[in-house]
Amino acid sequence: MKKKLLKKDYIKIYTYMLKIRRFEERASQLYGMGHIGGFCHLYIGQEAVVVGVLMTIKNNDSVVTSYRDHGHMIARGLEPKRIMAELTGKSNGYSGGKGGSMHMFSKENNFYGGHGIVGAQVPIGTGIAFTLKYKNQKNICRTYIGDGAMNNGQVFEAFNLAALWSLPVLYIIENNMYGMGTAVNRAAAGSDLYKRGESFGINGTIVDGMNVFQVIDAAQKAGDFVREGNGPYILEVQTYRYRGHSMSDPAKYRSKEELENYKLNDPLEIASQEIIKKKIASKKDLENINKKIIKEIKDAADYALDSPFPADEDLYTNVYL
Amino acid sequence: MPSLSPTMTEGNLTKWLVKEGDLIKSGDVIAEIETDKATMEVETVDEGVIEKLLYKEGEQSIPVNSTIAILSGDNNEEEENKDLPEQPKDNEDSSISTNNIVQKSSLKEKKQNIDTSLDENLITMRQAIRDAMAEEMRKNESVFVIGEEVGEYQGAYKVTQGLLEEFGPKRIIDTPISEQGFTGLAIGSAFKGLRPIVEFMTFNFSMQAIDQIINSAAKILYMSGGQINCPIVFRGPNGAASQVAAQHSQDFTSWYAHCPGLKVVVPSNAYNAKGLLKSAIDDDNPVIFLENEILYGYKAEVPADTNFEIPLGVANIALEGSDATIVTYSIMVSKSLEAAKLLKYKHDINVEVIDLQTIRPLDKVTIIESVKKTNRLVTVEESWPFASIGSEIVNIVQNEAFDFLDSPIKKINSADVPMPYSSVLEKKYLPQVEDIILAIEEVCYIQ
Repeated sequence: MKKKLLKKDYIKIYTYMLKIRRFEERASQLYGMGHIGGFCHLYIGQEAVVVGVLMTIKNNDSVVTSYRDHGHMIARGLEPKRIMAELTGKSNGYSGGKGGSMHMFSKENNFYGGHGIVGAQVPIGTGIAFTLKYKNQKNICRTYIGDGAMNNGQVFEAFNLAALWSLPVLYIIENNMYGMGTAVNRAAAGSDLYKRGESFGINGTIVDGMNVFQVIDAAQKAGDFVREGNGPYILEVQTYRYRGHSMSDPAKYRSKEELENYKLNDPLEIASQEIIKKKIASKKDLENINKKIIKEIKDAADYALDSPFPADEDLYTNVYL
Repeated sequence: MPSLSPTMTEGNLTKWLVKEGDLIKSGDVIAEIETDKATMEVETVDEGVIEKLLYKEGEQSIPVNSTIAILSGDNNEEEENKDLPEQPKDNEDSSISTNNIVQKSSLKEKKQNIDTSLDENLITMRQAIRDAMAEEMRKNESVFVIGEEVGEYQGAYKVTQGLLEEFGPKRIIDTPISEQGFTGLAIGSAFKGLRPIVEFMTFNFSMQAIDQIINSAAKILYMSGGQINCPIVFRGPNGAASQVAAQHSQDFTSWYAHCPGLKVVVPSNAYNAKGLLKSAIDDDNPVIFLENEILYGYKAEVPADTNFEIPLGVANIALEGSDATIVTYSIMVSKSLEAAKLLKYKHDINVEVIDLQTIRPLDKVTIIESVKKTNRLVTVEESWPFASIGSEIVNIVQNEAFDFLDSPIKKINSADVPMPYSSVLEKKYLPQVEDIILAIEEVCYIQ
């Protein structure tokens, strides 16, 4: 069923997308200042994917994704300040400073990571769906897969098992056109990633991931299909990341023109134009939202920077239960 | 009695499909034989008339290579099966034709086996492992078994025999040959609250899934700051079986023991296999449970009490002694005990044998206390020597009991090469009782 968007939904869409972007910009700044270390993969450019899906979910659904996870956590409703605290390695981050950018979790919000090994989250998400079915729960598990992981063997093992046992898992391929520095067409034989479940009997579809409204419609349909007990489904969402693969990537493998071209279709622009066109909010209203978000994210950064580092003895906790 | 599996030493004659006086042709099925792994049909190669059946139906524990029937027209009255061509030995591999296998070994049959043994409390290690799983599954709906051939086939090594009948396909789950996929799936299901028992047909195949075991299962609690735990058991045969060569014979103990977040358990007999496995299934952490295939058929007295558990992390002093200590685990416990017996006879020295039972967490106290008493130490294990469990124990002991040592520690391992196929080389590769005796003599300065 096509989702009917209310006025508050439009505001929610814009707010979440903008929050993710402002958060990532601030994270980038803190990385540059040395407050965030290690690998840090930003979500800028891809906001419409996770926010579009967000609009179609039920609260107790589970989510699992790879290491480009900050946006997913914000969309899951987790607190930006505690995400930022994790990025800065502080004790009140979601993983107590032990996980970092790539390994964040919130069990109470059914967010199961944040996984650093390409493809590993796919059998795991399939297993979460296995539990849902085992316990006769009506929820589904949304398992995000990068285009790079679509060439990883365990993904196909998981597809086979999900189809074999008709598990309630929605696979969402976030195709941002590059697996690290390798363009999809240099890595994947056959361009239609969403068709890669066909031999297992898994249906799939593709959608423009720069347009949040199209993502909502496609995700609603795909989610309903899985929720109705039809087994797995694959939704490919075509998107683009504006930044490099990680903070340390100069992105020399693509042209400036290509990037600028995508920016003409900026997901935030598309959303705001639609909102203004529909007279749901004025440019000024949106600017006010922006100001509020900038403050919230600045507060989150301050919170993170003011937070204590883990104590030495924390090194040895949480190895065994 | 044909040898129909790599580790088969004896077989049960489940059924004759021919009678005396029958004319048989090459390819006829003449009997059903229960091996240590399955019930198989046996075909004849030679032709003639069955003159005499030497064993009755239902007779058990007939040694491999015994004559079971005599065929007339067979010039030298050779036994029926002697000239059988190479039977498929590896019935855990897909190479065997399915019509050769009768999947009728049921829980009931198994119970009969127990009843016919001399002591009713003596059960094999494979039965003990099966019982441990069944008891825990009865207690907790969240426990399930997943792996290759665990259900309809009744277990590639007959360990899960009868479980499908009792618990059904929802909880005894046959998988495709996709170790990485089903291991990751089981781990995800554990994140979400189930308690899977993952059977690897052998631990050699766990290498296909080791990323999920280490990077997902072992690290999740730490990475999530204590939010998400992974209550899961990975179990299956580990180490050398019998002539299955390089890719199917390897001891993975030190691979897994290396990793924080995992517990590693190494039973040495039916008794501790049951008690330890029940603790492992109850444990809220990922546990690697390494079974030795050779030990599957060995019997021991095992309590029937469904609450019987042996805590993880506690070693067992299998034999008390005062002159030297052997620290060992898994199949090398029985070899060490045998060596200790011979050393007593030969030199009247009393060797203490410590069966570690769990490698991680390691019971250091029992090791140190023993060394303080005997002042001499030999470690014995099946794994390769480099960075082995013995290497770690040597480090612990030199650190914590240096002044108590009267001689350098001896470390016994397999040869530092891949496992060869030839039986002669295989024996040479593996630590033998004589090697253990020599090492004890050396640390005791006995010429």
